[in-house]
Amino acid sequence: MSNIGSYDERVKDFSWSIAEKELGYKPGDAINIGWYCTDRICEQGKGSKVALHWEGFTGVEKTYTYNDIRLATNTIGAFLRGLGLKDGERVCLFMDRIPELYLGFLGILKIGAIAQPLFSAFGDESLFVRLSNAETSAVITQKKHAPKVRKILEKLPHIRHIIIVDHDGVVPLKDREVAFSLEKSAPVEHFDIHPTKAESASVLHYTSGTTGMPKGVKHVHYSLIAQYLTAKWALDLREDDIYWCTADPGWVTGTSYGIIAPFAIGVTQCVLDAGFSAEAWYKWIEKRRVTMWYSAPTAIRSLMKAGDEIVKKFDLSSLRHLASVGEPLNSEAVVWSQKVFGMPFYDTYWQTETGSIVIGNYPGMEVRPGSMGKPFPGITGTVLDPVKNEPLPTYGKIGLVALKFDWPSRMRTYWNNEEAFQKKFRNGWYITGDRSKIDKDGYFWFAGRDDDIINTAGHLVSPFEVESVLLEHPSVAESAVVSKPDPINLEVVKAFVTLKPGFAASKDLDLEIMNFIRKKLSPLAMPQEIEFVPSLPKTRSGKIMRRILHAKEWGEEIGDTSTLEND
Amino acid sequence: MADELKDIVLNYVTKEYLEDDSEPLTYDTPLISGGIVDSFSMVSLKRFLENKCAISIPDDEATPEVFDSVNKIVLLVQRFVAKKG
Repeated sequence: MSNIGSYDERVKDFSWSIAEKELGYKPGDAINIGWYCTDRICEQGKGSKVALHWEGFTGVEKTYTYNDIRLATNTIGAFLRGLGLKDGERVCLFMDRIPELYLGFLGILKIGAIAQPLFSAFGDESLFVRLSNAETSAVITQKKHAPKVRKILEKLPHIRHIIIVDHDGVVPLKDREVAFSLEKSAPVEHFDIHPTKAESASVLHYTSGTTGMPKGVKHVHYSLIAQYLTAKWALDLREDDIYWCTADPGWVTGTSYGIIAPFAIGVTQCVLDAGFSAEAWYKWIEKRRVTMWYSAPTAIRSLMKAGDEIVKKFDLSSLRHLASVGEPLNSEAVVWSQKVFGMPFYDTYWQTETGSIVIGNYPGMEVRPGSMGKPFPGITGTVLDPVKNEPLPTYGKIGLVALKFDWPSRMRTYWNNEEAFQKKFRNGWYITGDRSKIDKDGYFWFAGRDDDIINTAGHLVSPFEVESVLLEHPSVAESAVVSKPDPINLEVVKAFVTLKPGFAASKDLDLEIMNFIRKKLSPLAMPQEIEFVPSLPKTRSGKIMRRILHAKEWGEEIGDTSTLEND
Repeated sequence: MADELKDIVLNYVTKEYLEDDSEPLTYDTPLISGGIVDSFSMVSLKRFLENKCAISIPDDEATPEVFDSVNKIVLLVQRFVAKKG
């Protein structure tokens, strides 16, 4: 029997108080995610249970019990407080998937500060706009990533501390840097956890926007309620699970379902800090006897590409439930999973802004391969007519995915950008930016984005941000960035570029521009293809018409070109 | 030729994928599994090798396993250079 039991029954009689009761929370109480993920589990007498099995790319392994992570997060919290960091300040985590990332996240929350995780592959420009917008007070990082912070430090007066967790003395500490070693620090047994309340800010994740710079999505400690219950019902996570979430905590899946929910439930988590390879992943599942596996379509398609034979080399019989998130899971992947693992991947749909799963396929419910599933109990979802902004009256018509904005883990605002937050609503509905249809049984079917945002391997990339940085390259006169189809990553970034006089298109220039974007922004934002063109399609008022270039890449109808210049 | 190519690839990876203060690479440092080069960055590394050696590496052959160290990359490149004749 699954945790959710009958989806239909749960929908009928739902209240978020189910999670509040299970967690022992009453409205008005203090609620601190750091405490719920560590101390509470220990107080239940499970301090000696393994909380985290970690393995690095060199094969180094570390194992932490719940009591270990309680002490470690206390120790980190005490260190941060000792530096003068206080509740409400933003503390960035800029690290690979090492234990300090997971433990640092909870340590930050324990002092009431706001955790700001950033993907460690970000280049200095991406890092700068996010640290600058958040007016971040401290960055916790590794010596290998510290040079990127140093490059932009002069422009970031708010940063008081750069905490290096693996300082070895080879490169002396520089301006504002301080060393911290978790292993060499005396464990702090008793720690005064900040009494955050339901609406106290907890996490700031940055997400790309169609126009303008990335936006900081503000979440609060009460998000725990929805993250906990969705992990139990949608992911069917149970206390005795050995759980592997493949997402990096630089992104929201890696915190909501890679830190908060699993630790709050008290499961044993596994983290493999190594690049992707089918063999390494299957070996990890076999070695750790993983029972519940939460991954992403890009990874699943990469595993499909590696073939069926390699699966037979490993004992994967421990697996009992699989789920996926990040981009639409194609029906072929669901069918393949059923064939090779004996069970399907259950697709789940949500966003940085929603904080937790809002639409999904649930255990016990019929999986329709390719479908996003149905709204989580307690969540009202629909597809809106894009003109009237009202729910479409008939089934099967494509509209805007919209939600009633009333579940515990919804974002509270965009950091320093309330105006952009308000623009996410129409006629009382939160607009996700995605399009879908609903079939007669209430299943949602993804149909694409409603804007120019590129979803590559489950990560959103803003064409605007890439175009802005392209213009910083000395050869680029103008650019337009669109998505192009990709069999593994769903979409990848493609740039159309016109060159300034004196520059000629060449293979070397192509590579130089690719690397320029990769280093300034991130590998995800790097155009996988650059097409040098003599001019870009524009409206008569001079606005670049990305839509036309996008349609060509996807083999779609170009549509109305009445405003096209030189038409 | 192999030694020269090894140094070209090593220097390129060092210049393009490592920060100034990073520990030096060796010919066997794990690049993909070590998180130095991810699957997206592999595209630009592949493009470099194709430009430099005037070869074309099909996407199907550009797997994380064969890009996982300078030594492995050189073996891959040599295979395609030999094919080219």
